[in-house]
Amino acid sequence: MAVLFVLALAALVAARKLLIPHSFGDYGHYRADVVDEIAAQPINYAGYGICADCHSDIYDLKQQSHHRGLSCESCHGPAAKHVEAPDEFIPGAPRERGYCPLCHGYNLSRPTGFPQILPQTHNPGKPCMSCHNPHNPLLPHPPEECSACHREIATRKTVSHHATLLCTQCHVVPADHLNNPRFVRPQKPEGRAFCGQCHAPDAASPAEIPRIDLTTHHERYLCWDCHYPHSPEAIR
Amino acid sequence: MESFLASVVSELPGITGYVYPNEYEHHWGILIVIYPYLTGLVAGAFILASLERVFNVKVIQPVYRLSLLSALAFLFVAPLPLLAHLGHPERSFEMFLTPHSRSAMAMFGFVYAWYLMVVLLLEIWFDYRRDMVVWAKEKKGLSRYVYKLLCLGANDLSPKAIRFDDKVGKIITIIGIPSAFLLHGYVGFIFGSIKANPWWSSVLMPIVFLFSAIVSGIALVLLIYMVTSMFRWRETNMACLNKLAEFLLYAMIVDFSLELLDFIQRLYESEESITILSQMISSRLFISLIVSQVILGSIAPMIAIVMARFGRMPDEMRRMIYFMAAILVQVGIFSTRWNVVVGGQLFSKSLRGLTVYKLDLFGIEGLLMSAIFLILPFIILYVLAKLLPPWPETQAKVPIV
Amino acid sequence: MKENLKPISRREFVRSCSQALPAGLFFFTFGIESLAAGEEGSQYDPTQHNYGMGIDIHKCIGCGRCAEACKGENNVPREPIYFRTWVERYVISTDGEAQVDSPNGGIDGFPETREERDIVRTFFVPKLCNHCANAPCVQVCPVGATFTSRDGVVLVDEKYCIGCRYCIQACPYGARFLHPEKRVAEKCTFCYHRIVEGLVPACVEVCPTQARVFGDVGLQSSPLRRFVRFHDITVLKPQLNTKPKVYYAGADGEVR
Repeated sequence: MAVLFVLALAALVAARKLLIPHSFGDYGHYRADVVDEIAAQPINYAGYGICADCHSDIYDLKQQSHHRGLSCESCHGPAAKHVEAPDEFIPGAPRERGYCPLCHGYNLSRPTGFPQILPQTHNPGKPCMSCHNPHNPLLPHPPEECSACHREIATRKTVSHHATLLCTQCHVVPADHLNNPRFVRPQKPEGRAFCGQCHAPDAASPAEIPRIDLTTHHERYLCWDCHYPHSPEAIR
Repeated sequence: MESFLASVVSELPGITGYVYPNEYEHHWGILIVIYPYLTGLVAGAFILASLERVFNVKVIQPVYRLSLLSALAFLFVAPLPLLAHLGHPERSFEMFLTPHSRSAMAMFGFVYAWYLMVVLLLEIWFDYRRDMVVWAKEKKGLSRYVYKLLCLGANDLSPKAIRFDDKVGKIITIIGIPSAFLLHGYVGFIFGSIKANPWWSSVLMPIVFLFSAIVSGIALVLLIYMVTSMFRWRETNMACLNKLAEFLLYAMIVDFSLELLDFIQRLYESEESITILSQMISSRLFISLIVSQVILGSIAPMIAIVMARFGRMPDEMRRMIYFMAAILVQVGIFSTRWNVVVGGQLFSKSLRGLTVYKLDLFGIEGLLMSAIFLILPFIILYVLAKLLPPWPETQAKVPIV
Repeated sequence: MKENLKPISRREFVRSCSQALPAGLFFFTFGIESLAAGEEGSQYDPTQHNYGMGIDIHKCIGCGRCAEACKGENNVPREPIYFRTWVERYVISTDGEAQVDSPNGGIDGFPETREERDIVRTFFVPKLCNHCANAPCVQVCPVGATFTSRDGVVLVDEKYCIGCRYCIQACPYGARFLHPEKRVAEKCTFCYHRIVEGLVPACVEVCPTQARVFGDVGLQSSPLRRFVRFHDITVLKPQLNTKPKVYYAGADGEVR
């Protein structure tokens, strides 16, 4: 009986030894070999920079442009095969109009200041590349309207009582703002007196414009603390 | 706002609000509903048997062996739905080779093996040994050898040996009660320990599972006892039935109170998940939780049993009500398992949306397969009852040596 | 012709890669270079690393290139219900209700929101496996098929996984799925095959705005360390004590 028991136990131990993968438990409760197996998976995206070895001209151009932070494969797709066999595998280049709006189509959820267009109204039917070089995306000419970039504000203003006011009525816009928008910024009004130019009781403006006595009307606040100037009636 | 979101969501029908993309697929389906349902029946039936053995409730003696055999039959089937649902059933042995000590699920194989080998099989063997010795002598043909084999060579029928059987049986039952608690409380822990899921994560989960197991087990034995008596043209023992109904009622009261406590606690604490959970209860789970589990499966049978047990009525009527109540309890407990397993996956862990579970008819995870898993234990029970008759009148008369 | 071009081993490939990199160093916010440079020539030592990722919500433009690259790099099934990483859009309306969507993980872009007037805040949130230091998925795996590697990456052994899906249930972030053909759990590996070669994960590689930053949690010179120094950091569902290693900058309270 005891012999049988010992034999059975030995068989169990042997089976365990045989069936458990040999590297199991080397570094923890797992098969250590699997880490190497996972690490051996083929790479599809070759990685930033390797493209410069052959395409240095395009690479250098891109590095000076607004797209300098972009990896080549963001647009051209996985290119590791192209690195291994440049002639056999040619990565694609998205030329259709639908691609650029993935980033540059107007979407309210995008961070403000990120360049966006309305694909429906922005030269419909024309491929993006006919005006913009994706490796050096400059505007073909400076924007003509403020609404080209500040669409959200512009749409709001058009349905407000301030619809007829030009942006420049309140903002002083340096010429270079159109070329270098994030570094050269327009000026904004500074004090209550600015709104008073139209809305003070003694202002030289048409009579139908609402008046308010600036000396008594919440004198410790700035006008735009309560009233949104681009849509002044919106806040009650 | 509404319309735009509707257009986005409408790609996948039945989804409301936002669910993580990987949650569109439902991972634990009806097979995982059946698994706790079956283990619950096992644990419940065994605990009922132990009432007679350990606590000396002699009046339920007629169902003692029947409940042991039922427990065994259901235990054989319990791991099958689990195996069938695995992505790689052929790798399941890994759970014995390299069980992960921190995983709640890794212990399943061991708890199951312990319960099957050490508790149920041993207890049944010790209980049936002297009968099998007698049968091995009396029967003819093949069955004679089967019983001889089953005796494992232990043919001693001396009063001392029989006293030993009885004593060991009692000890095993005493070990068996915590084991039965372990078996099913542990299944509850598998769900209750998932902190990522607010519907599951509850310290009461193992206890609720346990009491619902007892409820379902008693109701099952009650049903099997009545049906088998009917087919064997035997009168059911009314005292035994009354006692079973009584135990069923007590277990249901505890079970229902615990579930109510859990519910009230959640409602009162009103954590961030409460909005989506109440949406789920009032829409997706309304039928299976409010109607099936609470009203039909708990309140109705409780009232019925109270009336039948303590009211004045003929035995025939009483039997009828017990029978109906036990069936309702089974429906209710199955709904309980459904609501836990499926309900826990009907809402997104983003707490912003509800998904749907579509039950297929065919396939491994389908309705037909589940029906097979639910019928299989009864076939096994039939075979077991043929081999080891659990009826009082078939018990072998022990010859006095 | 074919024979002449082919034999470029991975090691050579990486080396040439890292040699080309200093050119981009000035413009690029360290994202890739320091990692690659650190590995050059030396054998990879997993004990020297503990990887994590930083995500700047303010930089994410919701283009979905990360989700696209992830599917391409890791052969993730193309169906819109399997993602190792995806982008969510949050729209918080004036009544305080947040509404979230992620059509095809953001790969095909997001349909425009109407009714802009009702919107208080709106932003994109890229999601992926958090590679938790206290990972619930690793805890619950019954056989040891999912584990935290020595370099702090949560991985799945597809030859050992039994497909029980307990890990999928245990993940609070919905980062795991069952591979429809392999029938095993699958998830983000931080592109483990790339990072051991000194590259960054594919999603970090293609992100056009550098909203994703990858690196070592503990290394002083790592881009991730720089990221967590200069931003207010939150992690997802901190109350669950999973200790995520994906650090969000500028994540709204509604994000979960």
